[in-house]
Amino acid sequence: MTAEGLTGLVFLVMIAITVIGALVATNSVRLVRSVAGLALCFIGVAGLFYFLNSPFIAMMEMLIYVGAVCVAITFAIMLAEPRSEDKPGKQSGIGALFGFFAAGLVYWGIASIGNNTTWVSAQSRVNNGSITEIGKALLTSYSLVFELISVVLLVAIIGALVLARTGRSKNNA
Amino acid sequence: MLDLSNDLHTYLLIGAFLFAAGFYGILQRRSLIGMLISSELILSGASLNFMAFSRFLAPDPTVGQIFTLFIMGIAAAEAAIALSIVIAVYRNYKSIDSEDLTDLEG
Repeated sequence: MTAEGLTGLVFLVMIAITVIGALVATNSVRLVRSVAGLALCFIGVAGLFYFLNSPFIAMMEMLIYVGAVCVAITFAIMLAEPRSEDKPGKQSGIGALFGFFAAGLVYWGIASIGNNTTWVSAQSRVNNGSITEIGKALLTSYSLVFELISVVLLVAIIGALVLARTGRSKNNA
Repeated sequence: MLDLSNDLHTYLLIGAFLFAAGFYGILQRRSLIGMLISSELILSGASLNFMAFSRFLAPDPTVGQIFTLFIMGIAAAEAAIALSIVIAVYRNYKSIDSEDLTDLEG
């Protein structure tokens, strides 16, 4: 097998991982399986990022999403113990069918826009999009946004602590 | 097979699929954590679109990558806040089913 064929095969595997992970994340009954599907989907998306010439973003996707967000959701599932998902569904089949058709309509709309638009690519690139260029842009053009993101994360940490703590103190008092 | 990974439409279709799957999940799920998982899928589809456009169309390929990094930061903050809200809700209601949260206080 040639190297190009192997690359194409790996790309197809990444697409399959992404799609299967998304389907498991949305359709499984138990929430733990849903989080596992979400992690699988993020691994596939990280592989797609690698194919889009940005291994740095792929690594950040693995670190942040698979390593942090999925583990945090798993902790929340363990703490909140959602047994409610196991009891027989009160939802009617009509509602599920309506949701499926609405999502299919959304997919059809976005996909047809993507397929029917003639995308014009840029005449020339100003850089090659490497990690060095990302670092330069983050610390020059986007430095204000970079600082704002850190403030947002700080506020989120403090807010999460305050929210979780007030629930506990009210429960204990 | 080789052209598939070098074509913009492939990534646009996968991004649209992720968005639609997240949309379906938000409509379908009844628990709050399930809705949070589906919203992560929607954000993931959006960032995949940004990365594809930045790779194939943009004159400056770093813009989409930086935007994706910021989406990741926002998504992490959103997940932290939403999970602490879920835990606070669970302490008060003993349930995270969205149909059980019917009380208003104030």
